[in-house]
Amino acid sequence: MGFSGLSRLLLMYIQITIVILPIFILITTVRSISGDRDNHILEYMLSFPISLKQYYWGKIIGRFITVYLPVLFAMVVAIVYGAVKGALIPWNIFFLYTGLLFALSSAFLGIAFFISSFVKSSEVALGIAFFVWIVLLAFIDIALISLMMQQRFNEELILIIAMLNPMEIFRVAAISLFDPELTVMGPVAFYILDSMSQGVFVFISIAYPLGVGLIFAFLGFKIFKNKDLV
Amino acid sequence: MIKISNLTKKFGAHISLDNVNCELNKNESIALMGANGAGKTTLIRSILGYYHPDGGEVLINGVNPIKNRMQVLQEISFVPQLPPPIKLSLYELMQYISISAKVDKELIEHYANEMKLDIKENMHKSFFKLSGGMKQKMLIAISLAKNSSIIIYDEPTANLDPKARDDFYRLLKQNEEEKVLLFVTHRLEEVKDLVNRQIYMDLGKVVWDEKA
Ligand SMILES: Nc1ncnc2c1ncn2[C@@H]1O[C@H](COP(=O)(O)OP(=O)(O)OP(=O)(O)O)[C@@H](O)[C@H]1O
Ligand SMILES: [Mg+2]
Repeated sequence: MGFSGLSRLLLMYIQITIVILPIFILITTVRSISGDRDNHILEYMLSFPISLKQYYWGKIIGRFITVYLPVLFAMVVAIVYGAVKGALIPWNIFFLYTGLLFALSSAFLGIAFFISSFVKSSEVALGIAFFVWIVLLAFIDIALISLMMQQRFNEELILIIAMLNPMEIFRVAAISLFDPELTVMGPVAFYILDSMSQGVFVFISIAYPLGVGLIFAFLGFKIFKNKDLV
Repeated sequence: MIKISNLTKKFGAHISLDNVNCELNKNESIALMGANGAGKTTLIRSILGYYHPDGGEVLINGVNPIKNRMQVLQEISFVPQLPPPIKLSLYELMQYISISAKVDKELIEHYANEMKLDIKENMHKSFFKLSGGMKQKMLIAISLAKNSSIIIYDEPTANLDPKARDDFYRLLKQNEEEKVLLFVTHRLEEVKDLVNRQIYMDLGKVVWDEKA
């Protein structure tokens, strides 16, 4: 396979990850707390002397492992496959990409737990999760962003909107790892990488989604703690 | 032991507990009765610290169950109205309980045996795959093994066959000393020998309270 073929494959893989991973995490996680509440599991499990902190964060860690492990496993399989085929393994890219996936997963896990902590029922939780996903997805669409540029939106505004979106950050960072020429990237990535070095950007693209996840998870805990439990 | 003062709990416009005052003391076995929707489950959940009251408070041995849930819940055994569909296996469930509440697993097995539930055979089965009655037996065994000074049952006999009911009442009889036993039931005749106090609720209020 030639380089362009390989990078096209990688690109496809990244695009799919961006679309699938967040919705997968949201849908499977957003009912964690509200589902336990709906079917009275919380009522029983919380009748034991366990602190709410332990319960909530334990639940998050459990979910994180079940979500992130398959992703990590797929990466490892790819590496082993590459090694068997005799390919040179780009370890730094592997670690950075794994870090990016970790950060993306955390962001949506945190958002999912946040939603789960305040919704009245699991159905509503699903609805909100889907809405969040569709909105964020809309703002990674190159077409939409190009449209905004045609409409002469201010460049900074576009940049801020792009940078606030964990999905877009992941996308730009992942593609910039694999294809530094950014031939397939579209204009926003150029703006972003023009305004900072790649190193800084990759750091931000791991730290920011991680922070988003932690903040939402923490807000979720505050709500969980201060609301009626069942 | 349990002191409920001016407790009010609303859900939206609906008042589920309306200024309830009540004291439950050691060596009391209480039948808590009342029509569907009277507020019995709401009262129990308030004792467990699940609800933030709109007024008044609950104190367990002088301690607030919301602020000090770990301390309070160490003293309470609870079996809910409906056994929840817990996905853990019996083994994992017992693990969770022995770690969180320091309950001896062998004691759980002992009481399960007394209730004619074979834990060993179902050890790695998911809890929610047990039959309705088996689930209740398991929860009852756990509640007895926990050896708390307050035991709260929200209609625990609904799914039990007559034999299991007898076993259950026999075990309770052995375990009620020096404790508060709070029992939601719609069938007073069943627990008559067991209880020494009857509380009736209606529309969120205690309407009748009689000690034997
Ligand atoms: N989480 C809730 N949200 C809204 N309303 C509630 C909630 N929990 C209870 N209620 C309402 O409070 C009232 C009392 O309910 P509760 O479950 O305490 O009744 P109960 O005495 O246990 O009845 P039953 O004998 O049927 O179990 C009911 O009208 C019920 O609809
Ligand atoms: Mg009830």
